[in-house]
Amino acid sequence: MDKKLKRELEMQAVRIRMDVITGTFHAKSGHPGGSLSVSDIMAYLYFYKMNVDPENPDWEKRDRFVLSKGHTAPALYGALAQKGFFPESEIERLRKPDSFLQGHPSLRMTPGVDMSTGSLGQGISVAVGMALGAKLAGDDYKVYTVLGDGEVQEGQVWEAAMFAAAKKLDNLIAVVDNNNLQIDGTLEEVNSPYPIDEKFAAFGWNVVNCDGNDLDEIDAAFTAAEQHNGKPSVIIAKTIKGKGVSFMEDQVGWHGKAPKQEEYDQAMKELQDRLSELETAAAE
Amino acid sequence: MADIITKATRIGYAEGLLYLGETDEKVIVMDADLAGATQTAKFKAQYPDRFFNSGIAEQNMIGVASGLSLTGYTVFASSFAMFATGRAFEQIRNSVGYPHLNVKIGATHAGISVGEDGASHQCNEDIALMRSIPGMTIINPADAVEAKAATIAAAKYEGPVYLRFGRLAVPVIFGDDYEFEWGKGQVLVEGDDVAIFATGLMVNEALMAAEQLKNEGISARVINIHTIKPLDEELVVKAARECGCVVTAEEHNIIGGLGSAVCETLSENCPTPVVRVGVNDEFGRSGPAVELLHLFGLDAAHIVESARKAISLK
Repeated sequence: MDKKLKRELEMQAVRIRMDVITGTFHAKSGHPGGSLSVSDIMAYLYFYKMNVDPENPDWEKRDRFVLSKGHTAPALYGALAQKGFFPESEIERLRKPDSFLQGHPSLRMTPGVDMSTGSLGQGISVAVGMALGAKLAGDDYKVYTVLGDGEVQEGQVWEAAMFAAAKKLDNLIAVVDNNNLQIDGTLEEVNSPYPIDEKFAAFGWNVVNCDGNDLDEIDAAFTAAEQHNGKPSVIIAKTIKGKGVSFMEDQVGWHGKAPKQEEYDQAMKELQDRLSELETAAAE
Repeated sequence: MADIITKATRIGYAEGLLYLGETDEKVIVMDADLAGATQTAKFKAQYPDRFFNSGIAEQNMIGVASGLSLTGYTVFASSFAMFATGRAFEQIRNSVGYPHLNVKIGATHAGISVGEDGASHQCNEDIALMRSIPGMTIINPADAVEAKAATIAAAKYEGPVYLRFGRLAVPVIFGDDYEFEWGKGQVLVEGDDVAIFATGLMVNEALMAAEQLKNEGISARVINIHTIKPLDEELVVKAARECGCVVTAEEHNIIGGLGSAVCETLSENCPTPVVRVGVNDEFGRSGPAVELLHLFGLDAAHIVESARKAISLK
């Protein structure tokens, strides 16, 4: 990936992370951990990969995105706000009664949200249906969906995986945000779904592994995922939960807890420092 | 008795789908390995490119139907009522109801008249489940003619619809000139001593009950409620006010179905004695469908008895 582009995407990822912290801080609730782990992938999708138009969110030929791990809505909202689907000031109203930013994505309320999600395991089926619809209509847009690694414990994920492969939906790319933590502990402590890659391969998917917090690796993974005809692809993205905020990194406790004032200040300072660092590098 | 033509409402469903297949290229049909039983196989035979089988995976079927609807298709997703609304309840609630998508759930084999397969397959809870989802329309046709018309009407309506069909061949009540009126109850027999609100196969039983009541000098108004949600409240209140007592009749648990809907409306708008005919909060059992209907009190005789009781409560 071009260095300049990479730096731009890294900056977008930091801005998304700042929106995650800002939104959950003001809401006094929400899911920062998994939102931070997936921020680089969200930046890559919305600022490089996906063909979407903030001026025309319902454009019929747009690429579709389904956040199957709907609880990490703050990362999606950050990407949508940065992209211009709505003003960034809305982020501070996350989860408020008069806001269109719901705790989990809502199709009918938020510009740019392609499907309501939040109940795990359901989003991937909807993404599969969208990919099937695109094929039927002869449209060449792509469908992207991001799942949590704990989410693949849901049986519906495998119903969807079986169907997508049987229907040869090579216009579908799923990402598993593999941060290895779920609410009750590590994946192994709770109920290990590993090896996730081999399971998808056995279901007939093209599988790519990558570091999901490294934009070069993310780019290589998506490029590899697109080169397969006749099979849906899944990218198993190894990530760090809470990525980008030192005290949240790899901490299960930050799955569904909002930062308090001092934590917010500290997190925003770290992210601002990182952004300044990238901006300085960009100016050189 | 004159010649009675019988036909299952699931056959009417298939006829409706075939009509839609020919007239609307945006209609897609899905099934979960029950296409022969639900009758969607007939659509598949004619329009194989617009038929998708999820296999025995109802939860994914509902999600895929949602995704297809988001790309501009009108999707009918079929299974038995038990598996469509039971197994996939939360998918219908969160992936169809909440985003208010254009997905029609075409459920067959509803109620006790499934027969020999027994309680595991006899769904008497589906109306209750679907009623609890905001924005869901529920249609329970009385015969195959109405089933076909309701299916076609559902495709024209933008939004989620639950269509309830039966396995058992039941008398055809309506003629070919029948016109389906979305959301409207339909007075089939005029009367003013008791109002009988019936739905599904109980409509024919209610018609027979009205005949018997007439012989006793009781004038019963028979009203077909094909659309259980949204309920035609105006008609319900008017009939209750004019008749002074009510009987409801449905092939469903007396909890949560038509009887509950009528009671809720009347208690708030026109408190009236109501006697509910339905499955009395119990599971079904194996047996020939018609025998089971009598065994569980889902017949004209029980409606007659209930009408007398309702009148006594005036």
